[in-house]
Amino acid sequence: MTSPAHPARRARSLVLHLICIAVGALIVVPVWFGVIGGFKDNGQLSTNPLGLPDPWVPGNYTDIVTSGVFWRNLGNSLLIAVSTTVIVVGAGAMAAFVFARFAFRGRELLVTLFAVGLMFPFAVAILPLFVLLRGMGLLDNPLGVILPQAAFGLPITIIILRQFFRTIPGEVEEAATLDGCGPFGFFWRVLLPMARPALATVSVLAIVASWNNFMLPLVVFTDQGWWTLPLGVQAFQGQYSDDTARVLAYVVLSMVPALGFYAVAERQLIGGLAGSVKG
Amino acid sequence: MTRPSTVPDAGRGDAVAGPPESGSATASRRASRSRPGRRRALAVFLTPALTLFLLLVVAPIAVASYASLYKWNGFGLPQNHVGLDNYTRAFADQVFRGDLWRGFVLIVLSLAVQLPAALGLAMLLNQPLKGRSLYRLVFFAPYVLSEVTTAVLFTLVFSPNRGLGDVISRWLGAEAGAVFADPDTVLYAVFLVVSWKYFGLYLILFLAARQGIPKELHEAAVTDGADAWKAFRHVTLPLLGPTIRIAVFLSVIGTIQLFDMVWVLTGGGPIHASETMAVTMFQYGFRRFEVGYASAISIVMFVLSLAFALVYQRFVLRRDTEGALTVQGDQR
Repeated sequence: MTSPAHPARRARSLVLHLICIAVGALIVVPVWFGVIGGFKDNGQLSTNPLGLPDPWVPGNYTDIVTSGVFWRNLGNSLLIAVSTTVIVVGAGAMAAFVFARFAFRGRELLVTLFAVGLMFPFAVAILPLFVLLRGMGLLDNPLGVILPQAAFGLPITIIILRQFFRTIPGEVEEAATLDGCGPFGFFWRVLLPMARPALATVSVLAIVASWNNFMLPLVVFTDQGWWTLPLGVQAFQGQYSDDTARVLAYVVLSMVPALGFYAVAERQLIGGLAGSVKG
Repeated sequence: MTRPSTVPDAGRGDAVAGPPESGSATASRRASRSRPGRRRALAVFLTPALTLFLLLVVAPIAVASYASLYKWNGFGLPQNHVGLDNYTRAFADQVFRGDLWRGFVLIVLSLAVQLPAALGLAMLLNQPLKGRSLYRLVFFAPYVLSEVTTAVLFTLVFSPNRGLGDVISRWLGAEAGAVFADPDTVLYAVFLVVSWKYFGLYLILFLAARQGIPKELHEAAVTDGADAWKAFRHVTLPLLGPTIRIAVFLSVIGTIQLFDMVWVLTGGGPIHASETMAVTMFQYGFRRFEVGYASAISIVMFVLSLAFALVYQRFVLRRDTEGALTVQGDQR
């Protein structure tokens, strides 16, 4: 790539690297500031915000890791993300199956309804949703977050899965029918196993959306016992507003699961986003 | 919503009276139609999704539009009908008008700064480069962090006396630490943090689209004597058109709804200088319990999003033979 025979190409590649490193630094430095800032005390933070801690103060991190609150937040986020994903992918796959492989009057209308739903933000619905959830007794109940999240996740799930289901040739279905599969058998035993990559994509999108949701849990959960990580981070910041180093440690710890998940599911996430946009 | 389709497609249309179709769709249709339990299957498969969607997405929006005609504190049934007063009040209100203006500024900034920067970097990253996948991994990483985490991190990064803001201030000789406290700069500061998080998303989208363009096209242009800029301008850019138009769409819709980031970074302040429509709505709905007025604001948000989407769909996206986000991938 950068053989000495091409000094011009080499210079160009060097410039490229410099640009990328500069942009990368803009992203990495704030995070780095957080990671090492969590190992400092506040005195160090004001005299030496960017350098390595001296001495290293692990107390901020160990206090959080040994206290129950962080794990509680994490557990709640996990429970809500997984439940949301199971529901949205289950219901979405069933609807997408019907939209992809059945013909019936009103189908396009329904598909369009779900497609328009892509533009329904939580912010628009949050007030009546709150009133509704209060009426159903779902405040301070994880279902009060899980069900609306699943509902709002349906459009993107259905759109991606429908596209995928349509690519499966009709011969497969015919063969399954000849073998005695009804629509349920075909869906469960043939279609879903074949759709594993697409299911992975929509699951990853649903998990990330749920994990990062803030507005809905903010209004649904007044009971701290149900708080998710974003609520926990915000509350922690409010509680320890004078203790910057401690809040940094909490922020960094709350980033770890998301970044870890990204490292594992990068391909599904990027593929899903690029794919949903390209249609 | 569905654009008039310019591509022949086998799978859509009202099949009941549709023209003869060929291929897999017909086969599957025949197969599923011949089953006796077809109607039951339809109902069973559709019910969960439809119930969730109608109850928790469609109904709340209908309720919001109803509630927006009332003066209502959110308790009991709305009874004090005030017609369009909530709307006239909103459009006469300095804060809400400011929301509209600030939303406009944020949209212009995104389209003029964020998207072109992402596009440029995506083009650079498309070239063979050692460590390219590492760069890509880093650039996209902020997208997976929640807006709240990002906002808290940047609050601390710019916290006075203990943050990086002071370091930057020393370098620049200006007060970088106070960007979030100054009404003149706060909106731009918010924009920078939003860009920090979402830049990578657009980069990835552009990069994916760029890699989908066959090499031969670019090479042919160069063989015909086009320089790099001309090849980009006349070959690459038009082919990236559909993705760029979708990115613009996502960016505008996302900005209209901006909430988490602003709520945590600034709460909309100082003196409303960074407030968005969603923040105003939240303040009135959940802090002052003026649910009718807050509903009117959410309906304005909804109508703006929908109107933009419809107009954009009709006049911009229509040109794409490629599918679009709201077009059901009919080209397959």
